[in-house]
Amino acid sequence: MPETQSPLAIYQAHLDRGELAYQWSPAAGRAVFYPRILCPFTGSTVLEWRVASGLGTVYATTVTHPAQGEPYNVALIDCDEGFRLMSRVEDIDPMAVRIGMRVRCRILRPGGPEPSYPVFTPVEGGR
Amino acid sequence: MSGLVRGAAAIVGAAESDLGHVADGLNPIDLMAQGIARALADCGLALRDVDGLFCATTQARTSGLSLAEYLGISPAYIDTTILGGASFEFHVAHAAAALQQGLCTVAVVAYGSTQRSVGRRQASVREVNPYETPFRPFLPSTAYALAAARHMHQFGTTREQLAAVAVAARQWALLNPAAWEKQPLSVADVLAARMVSYPFTVRDICLVTDGGGAIVMTLADRARNLKKPPVYVLGCGSAITHANISSMPDLTVTGALEAGRQAYAAAGLGPAEIDVLELYDAFTINTILFLEDLGFCPKGEGGRFVAGGRIAPGGALPVNTNGGGLSYCHPGMYGLFLLIEAVRQLRGECGARQVANAATAMAHGNGGVLSSQATVILGTAATV
Repeated sequence: MPETQSPLAIYQAHLDRGELAYQWSPAAGRAVFYPRILCPFTGSTVLEWRVASGLGTVYATTVTHPAQGEPYNVALIDCDEGFRLMSRVEDIDPMAVRIGMRVRCRILRPGGPEPSYPVFTPVEGGR
Repeated sequence: MSGLVRGAAAIVGAAESDLGHVADGLNPIDLMAQGIARALADCGLALRDVDGLFCATTQARTSGLSLAEYLGISPAYIDTTILGGASFEFHVAHAAAALQQGLCTVAVVAYGSTQRSVGRRQASVREVNPYETPFRPFLPSTAYALAAARHMHQFGTTREQLAAVAVAARQWALLNPAAWEKQPLSVADVLAARMVSYPFTVRDICLVTDGGGAIVMTLADRARNLKKPPVYVLGCGSAITHANISSMPDLTVTGALEAGRQAYAAAGLGPAEIDVLELYDAFTINTILFLEDLGFCPKGEGGRFVAGGRIAPGGALPVNTNGGGLSYCHPGMYGLFLLIEAVRQLRGECGARQVANAATAMAHGNGGVLSSQATVILGTAATV
């Protein structure tokens, strides 16, 4: 087994198990995302893997209109553990997604060569 | 760039290559060379004088090699820093440093792109980012739209205020014979245009054109003996805050805040003393963000600031006097054109769009998805 595993591969393996994972930097005392080899706040290479609760808040949202096909949501989500990621909010009209909306993660498994990835849905009565 | 001596270096030549949709078969290095030939003619220097080469394009992996070979020169100093559209404002600071240190004596900064002719996908290959690509962001539009949405949410900025930026740019473009767009544009036109990524319609977004150009720089003592009045580099500043939009710390505050702070400090000037602004307007939100971050209005007030024609011809603050990336020309990395227009304004060469008595100008470059920011403050001899 090689000495260093790919941070992306570990992240992806968590997703395949239905988990949204992130790194925790003990030196910085804060979350690190996207996963990497060193902590960008301290330079420390000690990073722990943690599984997120999956709860978060919409930080920014847009609806992108492709040349062909239906418009779709693209959003930045602030997860409760203190990291931000790009995703989309599903199960709701893309234009109805609001900044500040509480959302919950769901792992999508498209199958085939496309890797699993995290999307979000509105939390019932979560505002 | 606090090590640069104020006014030590000057821009002495400036020119565009062919713009818009260039002749079939022309490539980005052709356009760089054409810009260089015209910029050298503009100042009366010759190719054999050039010993500093600065260039960037998305269409050649090693553009410094390609351009040096094409020109038949072996420059003492080469810098092909590429940080998106702001690359050329970085180049000006680097060239000023190299000139000041004696690493070269005549520096050329060049750009070329044929993205309209070959297609945007061909001209700028998208990199896969496993943390963003699954969500199909249409980059860069989706990223800037996220910033605009955040600005609207926090400060009440409206789509009409965003559209006012596009309308002002169009009004300036109608005064510029070299501009791509030739027809008037209204706020209603912008709002009714094809939606690309909310809140942006296609009229909130820069053009897709071909184009290139070059500027020539020397030290001040040599500059004074050339064909045209020198335009002095008074101050430079730069900042990088992220690469991908999901890593931008605050979508309503850009690195222009820090870049501007450095440039103002070096120039010994403040926003009130800048006569002409050339701000990188890849999207309508850019102009608003940069007016705020560069101190022309308070944070959050940019939307209200640009409404009512304040930055249009005849308004209180002349911004993007060539028509900008929105209406004049945008070949993918627009930064060089900011410098060319600033130089021409300070020389009084701008005809119908000339800003009266312009003595100082700011060229503010933006790269990536609000990722790199670089400010250059320029001035006439009277300001040195």
